[in-house]
Amino acid sequence: MTLLDRHGFRPDPFRRLPASEIAGHPAVILPLAELQSGLLVRTGGQRIGIDIANTVPAEEAASLANQVDLIAIAFPGFADGRGFTLGRRLRQAGFRGILRAVGPLIPDQFAYALACGFDEVELPDAVAARQGEAAWLADLSIYRHSYQRDYARGRNILDARRAARNGGAA
Amino acid sequence: MYRYDEFDAAFVRDRVAQFSAQVERRLSGALTEDEFKPLRLQNGVYLQLHAYMLRIAIPYGTLSARQLRQLALIGERFDRGYGHFTTRQNLQFNWIQLKDVPEILSLLADVEMHAIQTSGNCIRNVTADQFAGVAADEIEDPRPVAELIRQWSTAHPEFSFLPRKFKIAVTGAEEDRAAVAVHDIGLRIVRHPETGETGYAVLVGGGLGRTPMVGKWVRDFLPKPHLLAYLEALMRVYNAEGRRDNKYKARVKILVHEIGIEAFRARVEAEFAQLDPQRIQADASEVERIARYFAPPAHADLPDNPPALRRARAANPDFDRWVEQNGFPHKVPGYQAVTLSLKGIGEAPGDISSAGMRLVADLADRYSFGEIRVTHAQNLVLPHIRQEDLHDLWQALAAGGLATANAGLITDIIACPGLDYCALATARSIPIAQALATRFAAPERQREIGPLAIKISGCINACGHHHVGHIGILGLEKRGEESYQITLGGDAGNASAIGEILGPGLVAGDVPDAIERLVAVYLAHRKPGEVFVESVRRLGIQPFKTAFNAEIRHDAA
Repeated sequence: MTLLDRHGFRPDPFRRLPASEIAGHPAVILPLAELQSGLLVRTGGQRIGIDIANTVPAEEAASLANQVDLIAIAFPGFADGRGFTLGRRLRQAGFRGILRAVGPLIPDQFAYALACGFDEVELPDAVAARQGEAAWLADLSIYRHSYQRDYARGRNILDARRAARNGGAA
Repeated sequence: MYRYDEFDAAFVRDRVAQFSAQVERRLSGALTEDEFKPLRLQNGVYLQLHAYMLRIAIPYGTLSARQLRQLALIGERFDRGYGHFTTRQNLQFNWIQLKDVPEILSLLADVEMHAIQTSGNCIRNVTADQFAGVAADEIEDPRPVAELIRQWSTAHPEFSFLPRKFKIAVTGAEEDRAAVAVHDIGLRIVRHPETGETGYAVLVGGGLGRTPMVGKWVRDFLPKPHLLAYLEALMRVYNAEGRRDNKYKARVKILVHEIGIEAFRARVEAEFAQLDPQRIQADASEVERIARYFAPPAHADLPDNPPALRRARAANPDFDRWVEQNGFPHKVPGYQAVTLSLKGIGEAPGDISSAGMRLVADLADRYSFGEIRVTHAQNLVLPHIRQEDLHDLWQALAAGGLATANAGLITDIIACPGLDYCALATARSIPIAQALATRFAAPERQREIGPLAIKISGCINACGHHHVGHIGILGLEKRGEESYQITLGGDAGNASAIGEILGPGLVAGDVPDAIERLVAVYLAHRKPGEVFVESVRRLGIQPFKTAFNAEIRHDAA
């Protein structure tokens, strides 16, 4: 798998391990079912993440928000957009850790993913080989502004208009 | 009408650049065909039976003369000199080459148009009453809110990969001319019964296709400043819970049906309760900015029914019939809206040549403040005609073959492109429409039969809205032959209803006779002043069914 954030491809500091084997690893991703056992053996400063399906209900996701450092949401296919909503719900529930999309997304979804609150994307290597770093980063600068308010996208048209009306800079 | 500011203009340019790059990445193999498909669909590009089709958005059916001229140019340069208006107020070009699409999109951007989200599993082009700003029964013009939704739904980061397509329609009038009850979301602008404040009543889960359903009320009164947050909450519930295991069960109507409207409403309200409407909604000054573009044009102070009009109507029965049939009352005295029928006898419903488009554009400039509307019945409307100009307008239209006086009559048939164009179709639609129009062509006969909506779809996906036709015709394929199933009693208006199937499917050649038999039952049993669909409601389906099936059995014997 290849990890990507808004700056490009980068090494993954997290390792996927069962709860029984996390000792000595600074950053690990556990299956959701092993979260509680993982938290029991967690050592100080150790970062813990979990893998979750995109079907986890909103309330359950919200209860995870304060327990872990990273939540990795599975995207079984790029056309399955449930992960965008789940990511948005987690952010709304106050999750401040790292939000990761895992699966065969396409570069044309990268800006959408970041806007919905994701920090990074973990791609199958074959996808990363076909759609290189440049294609992903290009998606972040296609639109100068976007229409939706309250999404984590820098430049919003509605607010830019208001600023222009008030005589300020967009 | 709405004009792009620098931000809208930049956005559509950015979109053209993005799509051009996506086409290149497809050609280089970086994008697979599966990955490219939703991207091209969300830019309006379909692969049809014989060629690519490009579907251009005409938001809420409002067009300027300048835009229509540009469509005429595109039709000439890149298609075969014509275009096709659809049942969702869009325009399709059916003979496009993929390599030309970026250039066409760029020509559209020149006139503040685009093809964004006219297809794909996203929020589609927002439709509205074609008589917005004209009709006297209007509480408020629906176009400002339709434009607000257009902007909000454009390239939405969360809702661009939905389980299935999502269609929103808005009306601000008492009579529903936008078929809001058969959309995923239907919005009606209403007045609060106590405070008098205007807001929205929200319908959800209507739709046609394989499983036709009439929308259900999910919110009786939504205050205006809550709109976008409420839509966001509703879309979020749908995106998370709409079925993705079967594309035929993926529309929101199925979710609403399966969990029930109460449960659906509760989930939407729970989601909505967590949102801060103020952070999501455009602020009041932005809403006002949009609304100002839809301020009425500078109508003159004119008398109703001027002598010149009366004289011309008395002198010319054809003109009189056209005004009677295709005219629509304008709320401003001395003005009239008129429907330009794209249903000439023997023509393909909704088609118009580039020359025709230019003629309409010129006449719109001359007589209608440069404004044109597109109807979901695949006709055009000139919304603001001085009654004293009607005769001149009619003569000019007649010279261009655009003065057919059949708006709302039996030959004003809605039909999808069908098997002549569409890759999904199971049967042809256009030849059926042509045969029926020819059968009922006589103007006196059409007038005697009165308002009757025939709607034809060439497959179960129901783009021709057959379920809500007073008479619906669905083309299927049975053992390698086209077979047409007839339904009766559908209605797309306030009394929205899904038609009932009358009997076994017919071969194409038997359709006109079958429709004749239904019309004969109506003519024999109607009460004075009762239109076709009212008689069907009063009489029930049985007498029609009997007449329909009697003949079929006789044929088979």
